[in-house]
Amino acid sequence: MDLSVVADNLPAYLTGFRLTAQLTLVAGAGALVIGLVVAAMRVSPLGSLRAFAAAYTELLRNMPLTLIFFFAVLVLPQFGVILPLGYWTAVVCLTAYTSAFVAEAVRSGINAVGVGQAEAARAIGLTFGQSLTTVILPQAVRTVIPPLINVIIALTKNTSVAAGFAVVELVASGRRLAQQNPADVVLVLVGVALFYLVVTVPAGQLANLLERKVAFAR
Amino acid sequence: MRPVRTGLIALMSATVLALTACAGGSDDAGTTEPAGESTAEETAEFPEGSTMARLAEAGSITIGTKFDQPLFGLVGPNGVPEGFDVEIGKLIAGKLGIAPEDIEWKESISANREPFIENGEVDIVIATYTINDKRKEVVSFAGPYYLAGQSILTLKSNTDIQGPEDLAGKNVCTVSGSTPEANLLENYPDATVQALGAYSECIEPLRNGQVDAISTDNVILAGFAADNDDLEVRGDPFTEEPYGIGLALDDTEFRNWINDVLEESFEDGSWTEAWESTAGTVLPTPEPPTVDRY
Repeated sequence: MDLSVVADNLPAYLTGFRLTAQLTLVAGAGALVIGLVVAAMRVSPLGSLRAFAAAYTELLRNMPLTLIFFFAVLVLPQFGVILPLGYWTAVVCLTAYTSAFVAEAVRSGINAVGVGQAEAARAIGLTFGQSLTTVILPQAVRTVIPPLINVIIALTKNTSVAAGFAVVELVASGRRLAQQNPADVVLVLVGVALFYLVVTVPAGQLANLLERKVAFAR
Repeated sequence: MRPVRTGLIALMSATVLALTACAGGSDDAGTTEPAGESTAEETAEFPEGSTMARLAEAGSITIGTKFDQPLFGLVGPNGVPEGFDVEIGKLIAGKLGIAPEDIEWKESISANREPFIENGEVDIVIATYTINDKRKEVVSFAGPYYLAGQSILTLKSNTDIQGPEDLAGKNVCTVSGSTPEANLLENYPDATVQALGAYSECIEPLRNGQVDAISTDNVILAGFAADNDDLEVRGDPFTEEPYGIGLALDDTEFRNWINDVLEESFEDGSWTEAWESTAGTVLPTPEPPTVDRY
């Protein structure tokens, strides 16, 4: 396989790759924060918070990402919310979608923490917030690091949806290159795939490594 | 009960008749007309070993076309594509003695047209496919059968944009990875290109002010302008997009034959008829183009 078309167009690939990486990092960071908050709401003593968190998670987790993008680009403006087309719309959509998966992963971690831990925390006089942030979440997050990395790997690949919504990330760059190089369409797309692997394979390795490091018997 | 049963028998015999008619079309050349197509008068003897002979013998052809291009190739709820490209496909198939229902339509988006032809997934591609030199290195083109040109669509109320020169500093919507996108990037670098997944997705952002204009081939824009009173096509086309029929690179015999078929359809009015029943419903009927026998 002659991948010279990839080598010749490295700058175009790298521009796209940079945006893909940027989307992954920014949306990933946002999703981790929001996901953690939503998971905390999901186990809170307040019924209204629990209901909101459950609705948020179920809605976003079960909707195709493309539809979420369509909603942001085509439906929100009907209600007067006009997002600037492109990068920030993509960040908002990817963050919202991914945070639902983060929330579910963290919730499973919370469920894995022995109920005695919460009871003990309450017994020594910690408030709900204190026991959550100092006792439960640190243990919960530790158990869910490998699944969280899986969520981030999925996010890396999901950024490709932004190619259809005015973001020139890796896939959109690949489409432009395919248009310019009709003789090498397949190779151009192989190049795109290789760039994704640059992110996703090491992330998978990292997940395996961390799993061994943080694994502990309960 | 009786009327139902007779109806069923009538239907079945009609089907059988239709089937035999098709089969006959390819076997006894020159005697039978393929069902439902009046364009195929004499199914001429094709040179042995030619693509035409092979397709006529098989009685079917696989044609790649767009499934989301109004007026040219658009698949409705019934799953059968409609449009000018589709009519041109039927015309060519008819000359091979192949009935419209024996054509297998395969969705060809812009990025998979060359690979489809190279791998033999399709026999020909008719999909608003612009003939250009780079593509000619990989595939052959018969035609052109239509000359389009890139143009601009804006809101009627927007008087700022009268032609492509006014696009500088404006947000222009087009499709990611398309020829119009490449043209804009190359010729109007001061415009901000906002590429979405399909041209139809550009309409609402245009109304919301997220983009200032939509740019692609004039025929596509004219379709939108005809359907939406608040939209208007501005300025003359600023590129030339000769639409051709893509086929395998080394099949000169087939290319020449398709060119003959096209010229014949220009002469006998079947090209005009195909136009008027599809794109011609919203666009003026142009003069047929001159086939480029390169």
